[in-house]
Formats: sequence, structure tokens, C-alpha cells
Amino acid sequence: MAADAIDPLDFLDVDRLLTDDERAIRQMVREWVADRVLPNIEAWFENAEFPREVAKELGGLGLLGMHLTGYDCAGTNAVSYGLACLELEAGDSGFRSFVSVQGSLCMFPIWKFGSEEQKKKWLPAMAAGDLVGCFGLTEPDAGSDPTRMRTSAKRDGSGWVLSGTKMWITNGGIADIAIVWAHADDGIRGFIVPTDTSGFSAKDIHRKLSLRASVTSELILDDVRLSNDHVLPGVVGMKGPLSCLSEARFGIVWGAMGAARSCFDTALGYAKDRVQWGRPIAGFQLTQEKLTDMALELNKGMLLALHLGRMKDEGRVRPQQISMGKLNNVREALKIAREARSILGASGITLEYPIIRHMNNLESVYTYEGTNEIHTLIVGEALTGLRAYE
Amino acid sequence: MVMDVVVLAKHVPDPQGTPELGEDFLLRREGVDGALDPGDEYPLEAALRITEYHGGEVTVVSMGPEPAMTAIRRALSMGAHRAVLITDPALRGADALVTARVLASAVRRQPFDLVLAGIESTDGYTGTLPMTVAELLGVPAATFARRVEVNDRIVRTERQTEEGYDVVECPLPAVVTVTAGATEPRYPTLKGIMQAKQKPVERLTAADLGLSPEELAPTQSVIAVEAAPQKAVGEIVQGDDAVTRVADFLAEAKVI
Repeated sequence: MAADAIDPLDFLDVDRLLTDDERAIRQMVREWVADRVLPNIEAWFENAEFPREVAKELGGLGLLGMHLTGYDCAGTNAVSYGLACLELEAGDSGFRSFVSVQGSLCMFPIWKFGSEEQKKKWLPAMAAGDLVGCFGLTEPDAGSDPTRMRTSAKRDGSGWVLSGTKMWITNGGIADIAIVWAHADDGIRGFIVPTDTSGFSAKDIHRKLSLRASVTSELILDDVRLSNDHVLPGVVGMKGPLSCLSEARFGIVWGAMGAARSCFDTALGYAKDRVQWGRPIAGFQLTQEKLTDMALELNKGMLLALHLGRMKDEGRVRPQQISMGKLNNVREALKIAREARSILGASGITLEYPIIRHMNNLESVYTYEGTNEIHTLIVGEALTGLRAYE
Repeated sequence: MVMDVVVLAKHVPDPQGTPELGEDFLLRREGVDGALDPGDEYPLEAALRITEYHGGEVTVVSMGPEPAMTAIRRALSMGAHRAVLITDPALRGADALVTARVLASAVRRQPFDLVLAGIESTDGYTGTLPMTVAELLGVPAATFARRVEVNDRIVRTERQTEEGYDVVECPLPAVVTVTAGATEPRYPTLKGIMQAKQKPVERLTAADLGLSPEELAPTQSVIAVEAAPQKAVGEIVQGDDAVTRVADFLAEAKVI
């Protein structure tokens, strides 16, 4: 494309705000998604299948725990991590979810709150994709209100006994380790639970119509006995799991724009090709309004994501600001997906096009890692000083 | 046996885009999106495998204006160890022979065992450059390799042919062109991308290579550009004798 032409997929030229390294990382992930995800995703989604073997590929590229330093992690900045999430989710939210869970929800707490021995034992193997992690916070009766979790961790001599049930756990059925949060005497503690520990089992949740190319499971902890080197020593209380969520939500702020870009790109191409009344529907005013609104929100969302990324790299981003990003970008991505579906008409409901797949995936993304409603209330509390939940 | 392998690499306008020509019929190379020529990733992959097996280093040599650094960084992020970029306004409009002189002069500056290149660029498509470089360097050239192996100072290649392949061997040093049918190129890794900026890139001008103005003067110039003719409309064969007529047509075209 000539330098003076406007790129419909990057109308405001956000690209020029990126460094060479950031662009190269984005390009690498985009190529990998084009080669490995896009040719197969329709079948994986339709068959409700996550190809476990890609964990090692993602590890080989350096994408697992990429924004962490040391222990064989790549040590990129937050913006690069965000761009990788965007490109993965432009493929499918299932792949971005996998990388979010592995890097932000499992490797991050070990990296941040783990002992030196725990870091050395687990992080290199997880960075390589040899070991897959899952994150157990949500329970059947504790979603937005995780402090009411029932899972307990009781002292047992020099070790621990964990009991309880975790629900809606991404990667649960394919995980080698689970980061499990449980009530202990002194508050909520995090545990590294190898999934082959006696008393641990995972049951996959079937019949999902969203995130089908991703494994979602229930974790059952039936008197799981762990030695003391499995507890994360560096944190007690809800700030442990909440700091992980903040990391993952940051990736979603970007990822949602990837799904939105894929939908917009598809709708724009379709509108230019689809002829009715003798001319492309892209030439009709109603379609142009849709396309313009989609491009507007896509570009605003990109600027928001990049702004939060730069703030994160400067070490000054607040969780409430990430909440605002997740609130906006997932909501707008979902609207873009639905608008794109309307432009494609009946074709928009088939798996031949990526739109309804993204749209269904985004319904999950809208809810997980803090629902849209909770993020609204987090921003509301930050604005007013008054907490509207609890 | 440690191998010093050189890969000739070219920065080309976005291979997925439509190239733009300037008023002098030369390709616009600045101010347009571009990338490492996809055809150069195959010789680079072959070079990386050879040095991973035998030890040694991969040096990327490229000629082009400043944007060519994008291609060099890509090659370095895939694992090349160092690069040489020859940038000089005097080289604008260089034809294949001048380019070969420049690249050969740059390659010759340090010891090398093997020079690998793509079979042709995806912008100019002359497909003559690697063999010209070999001639200027005074070393043998083996072309269209779908496989490259080095053993006891001998490079053994499988030259892709219509029927299969020929085995071609020559002593090192040598120039080998590698086809897109060779091993799939690797993706750059995050670590590779982040380390690429720390790797040495030597920047040279034509003067640094000691080439005279006569040697830099192109002997070819593009005097006109015409759009490729529209493909003729095909013939639709219908009726009872359709099969026979299609068979005759294919026989005439020597396809069957």
C-alpha cells in the first residue's frame, strides 16, 4: 500500500505509534495465526477442539509468559504482549484465552508471588509450552463475588489439604498444573496444584456455543494433599488473584480489538463485493454508516489499548483504568461483530465467515475476567468513591 | 568444520501489494511498505540449518535504500548473526549486473564458504543475479536446490527438475540458489526479534567497495512499460464430441 493511502484497517495510522520491535512481533504473530490458526479454526470450532500441540509452538515462538522477565521468558514490553493478544484473537478468542491463562493467570502469580525454587521449577517449562496451566478462582456459587469462595486450604502437619470445586476454568482438562485460590486461616492463599495429585480431577464442560476452540472445565479438589512448597509464599488475600486478573484483562483490552478487526475486515470486503440493485452494497448510505461506526470504534479502541499499554510500561496504570479498557473494548467489539453480521446478511450466520464465531466468542469475553457490569461498577466506584457492590 | 555462510537478501515492496512504478519506470522503493523477499527466507533457513549443524555464522548481504533495514532486521530476528547493507544513492536504478558487482564485492571482503540466494526476486524476476555473483567471485554455482548439504568441503544439492531432481555437487566455496520447495522457513521468535537490534550491521557505500563509476553504471534501462495482455477468452466446448475435442486439444498442447 502506498504511504499516502489510508489503510481501512488502521485508519488513524496507529501503526506509526509502534516501535520497530513491536511491529515485528505483531507481524510474526499475524503470520503464525495466518498459517496455523486460520486454515483450521472453522473445524476446531465446529468440533469443539483445542489443538493441545500448539502449546509447544506458542512456547517456541516465545509467546507464553512473554511479558515476564527471566526464567526463559522473553521479557517484552506490555504493548508487545497486547499486540500478540490482538493478533491471536483476530484468529480466535480461544487462542488468546490460552495464552492469557498460561502467561497472565498462571505464570504471572508464580513469577510475582512464588519462591525462587517454584519459579525455577515451573516457569521455564511453562514458557516452553511443555507444561500447561489453568487458573482456579471462580466457583459454581462465587463468580463476581470471589471472596465468598468455599474452597478451603487447611494446614495438615507441614503441608496442606485443599477441598472444593472450581468452575468455568479455561484449559482445566488439558492442564498439568492448576493455580488454585482457597480460603486458609490467614486469608486467601494461592497454590500450585499438579493435576496428577491424588484427589484432583477435571471435568470438561460440553455443549458450549462460545469459545468452542478452547477447553473449559470444572475442577474438583477432593482432599488434595500438598506439601508446603506448593503454596505461593508471596501473597495473602484477594490482591493475589486480582493482580492476575488485571494482567489478563489488559490482554483482553487488545484481544477484543483483534476479533473486532477480523469482523470489520470481513464486513468491508463483503460489502464491496456484494452487489444488490446493480451496485455494491458498500455504496449504500446505511452500509457506509455501519462501516464508519465500526471503523470509528475500532480505531478508538486501538488508541485506548495502546494508551493503557504505554501507561503499563511506565508502571503507572491502575486496575480501574484497565477496567475501563476492558469495559469499552469488549462492549464495542461485540457491537462491531453484530453490525458486521448484519452487513453479511444470511452469510453472517455461517462458519464460512469468521463473524458469528467471533460474536459468540465475545459473549464469553464479555463475561469472563470481570463482567461488563462489574467493570462498570469498578469505574463507578473510582469516579464516586462509593462502592455499589457488596 | 565451521561454516561461514552468506545469504543474499533483498528488500521488496509488499509482496501482497501492487508495486508502484516511478516516472522513470523504476520501482518505487522508498515510502512504500516492504519486506524481506519471501523467496529469500528459504536460503536463509537453509543457511541457519547448515550453521546450526556445523557451527559458524550466517551473514546477510543486501543492497538497497534505507528501508532495506526492515528486511535485514527480519533476517537477523530469524537467526542470522550479522549483516552488511550497501546503501548509496549512486546505486539507484542499478541493473542486475551492477547489483551483482556490488554484492560480490561485499561478499569478497571476508572469507566465505557458501553463498546462498533465492532463485529470483519477487519484484524484478531477472533470476540471473546469483550466477553472475558466482562468476564474479570465481566460484561454482549450483541452482534450483531443493536440498542443500555440506560434507568435507563439498556442497551437495538436489536440483529441482520437471521430472524429479538431479544431484549436483561442487567444492566449496560455492554459490547455491534455493527454491521455495526447500524446508519451510522458521518464524522469528520474540527473543530473536529483541536481539536483532544488538547484532552487528555493517553499512557500506559503493566507494567503500572500491567500485568505479564505470562499474556502477547500468547497461540496461527500462524504456517502456506495458500492461500484460488480457488473457484470451477460453473456448467453451459443448455437444456430443466434447470429450474428443478436449482430448485433441490437450494432445495438441502436448499435455497428454
